[in-house]
Amino acid sequence: MTAVAAARPAGPLPGMVSAELTKLLRRPATWVLLGLWPSLQLVFSTVIPYSSYRRGSAYEGSSPEALLAQVLPDRLVENALSGLPLFGGALLLTLGALLAGSEYGWRTLGTLLTQGPRRRSVLTAQLLALLVVLAGTVVVSLLVTAVASRAIAGIESAPVAWPSAARLTAGFGGGLLIALTWGVLGMLLGTALRGTALPVGLGLVWVLAVENLVVNVAAPLLGFFDAAQAALPGVNAGSLVAALAGPGATLRTPGVAATVGGTQAALVLGGFLVAAVALTGLLLVRRDVS
Amino acid sequence: MRSTRGTIADRWPEQPAGADADADADADAVVVTEHLTKRYGSRVVVDDLSLRIPRGQVYGFLGPNGAGKTTTLRMLVGLVRPTSGTATVLGRPAGSSATEVGALIEGPGFYPYLSGRDNLRVLSRYAGAPADRVERVLGTVDLLERADDRFSTWSLGMKQRLGVAAALLKDPALVVLDEPTNGLDPAGITEMRQLLRTLTGQGRTVLLSSHLLGEVQQVCDRVAVVSGGRLVVESDVGDLLGLASLVVEAEPLAEALAVVTQLLGPDRVTVVDGALRLEAGAGDTARVNRALVLAGVDVTGLRRQARTLEEVFLQVTEPGPAGVAPPAPPPEHPRRRRLRPGAGR
Repeated sequence: MTAVAAARPAGPLPGMVSAELTKLLRRPATWVLLGLWPSLQLVFSTVIPYSSYRRGSAYEGSSPEALLAQVLPDRLVENALSGLPLFGGALLLTLGALLAGSEYGWRTLGTLLTQGPRRRSVLTAQLLALLVVLAGTVVVSLLVTAVASRAIAGIESAPVAWPSAARLTAGFGGGLLIALTWGVLGMLLGTALRGTALPVGLGLVWVLAVENLVVNVAAPLLGFFDAAQAALPGVNAGSLVAALAGPGATLRTPGVAATVGGTQAALVLGGFLVAAVALTGLLLVRRDVS
Repeated sequence: MRSTRGTIADRWPEQPAGADADADADADAVVVTEHLTKRYGSRVVVDDLSLRIPRGQVYGFLGPNGAGKTTTLRMLVGLVRPTSGTATVLGRPAGSSATEVGALIEGPGFYPYLSGRDNLRVLSRYAGAPADRVERVLGTVDLLERADDRFSTWSLGMKQRLGVAAALLKDPALVVLDEPTNGLDPAGITEMRQLLRTLTGQGRTVLLSSHLLGEVQQVCDRVAVVSGGRLVVESDVGDLLGLASLVVEAEPLAEALAVVTQLLGPDRVTVVDGALRLEAGAGDTARVNRALVLAGVDVTGLRRQARTLEEVFLQVTEPGPAGVAPPAPPPEHPRRRRLRPGAGR
């Protein structure tokens, strides 16, 4: 036999992450999904309550003054993140499903893999790119909400009391944990089902319907579901946002409720994240690519 | 289905080859598969496939739809795991040498919202290829002018060329191309043919799967034909086309058939479109004519007809009553063909 030359290595990981960022950021769907969450967040957590205050109307028993207090800078963290357990989660799960599932629909996974990278490297690059993009989106949501609440405080001559750095950091970390968990669950669905349509449909039904039914219909009636809801990703995301909001916060956003404690919620979400990454990796590495 | 006349291997047994010759062949082989098999459930897609693809050649990989060609190629580049058997590519297990293998398998898969250039940039970062390589391969496939247009706006031929460009990104030693001429116009096909020759001229090996048998005949040095997942025949193209057939038109045909069958044996005679088609060398022409005339048969036509790869392909992939035996190996090159025991089963 002739001597076997050493295999040339594939590209370095930073290059692969850069490639994944290019794919994500050049894709119109990414901007639609990531733009929708902070936009809806701003509308439902700040704009509508403030409009209600300006009109002098009460909302769900809250006086106009209480409505104003809820949109001021000291409520920044919950106002920037409260949509994540429900509609934000649905959007980010869709993003994850598109990120992974499209590789099968467009048959680009095979094209990528024939360039020589290990399958684990491809997944790592995708996860890191998703992490970067979601971190940026959480920051954008915090910034947009901060600008709006500061403007409201200025207009209404209300006190400007920003959350402490520790609360902001915890808010960013918690928001990123929730966002990444939804995104990776979407990637798992996209990888498992090797496409986009079914994973997106199933994911939306789960986030928007099934969890709601379990929490609002089944749990009050049956003890099993009452206990089981503590293990649902949406319930834990809502609990984490509730914990980040602090004990005195008024929790009105659907999906945000202190069902379990903040630490437990973070651990459960972390468990979902690790399990979803592991399963996605297993499917990617073990299955044939056709 | 097994032909009543036996397998090709039965009719054309493999020439004995010494262990040294096999070792030499392996040393010069870019791809070696041994009993490569892929099953999906109970369905056997690739069945006990053993191949040796020599370095520096354009190697054709042919077979009817569903023959297992694309699955085999996927196994060679590590996208699909064999159920059993081994595949070695460039001296390493298939898949682990992927950085030295460029591949376009079952059509081009690219991101539709990215331009052609950006698609290649993304891939080059995964490949670890230098940035200037993108421009070079775009130039090679003549796509520089449209490189900044979105991939989704391109024609099928352009997409196909981008697929070839992606396969060349890593400056690979082995280029695997599955139907690279799909969607190409005649000029594009000619350019592809020239490109393949250029690639081998640069010392690369090209493994080419194509349905355009005329193209394969023109461009390939050696071909393997698979059917039903099994290797049916592997040979140099020149040898596979072999000797021209001898076409005999005679009256009465039945009597003529009896005469030539006795003269040449049943395996070398078929009736096609009211004429006899004989696998016979040039020296047999006069002998056949003489035998027919002496038997009182009127010979109304006698001509030699060159075989095409398409004819050979149809013969070896559709065994049965209408099939004919492959050409006899040229006596001056008894070991140039490689046929596998059990081939054609």
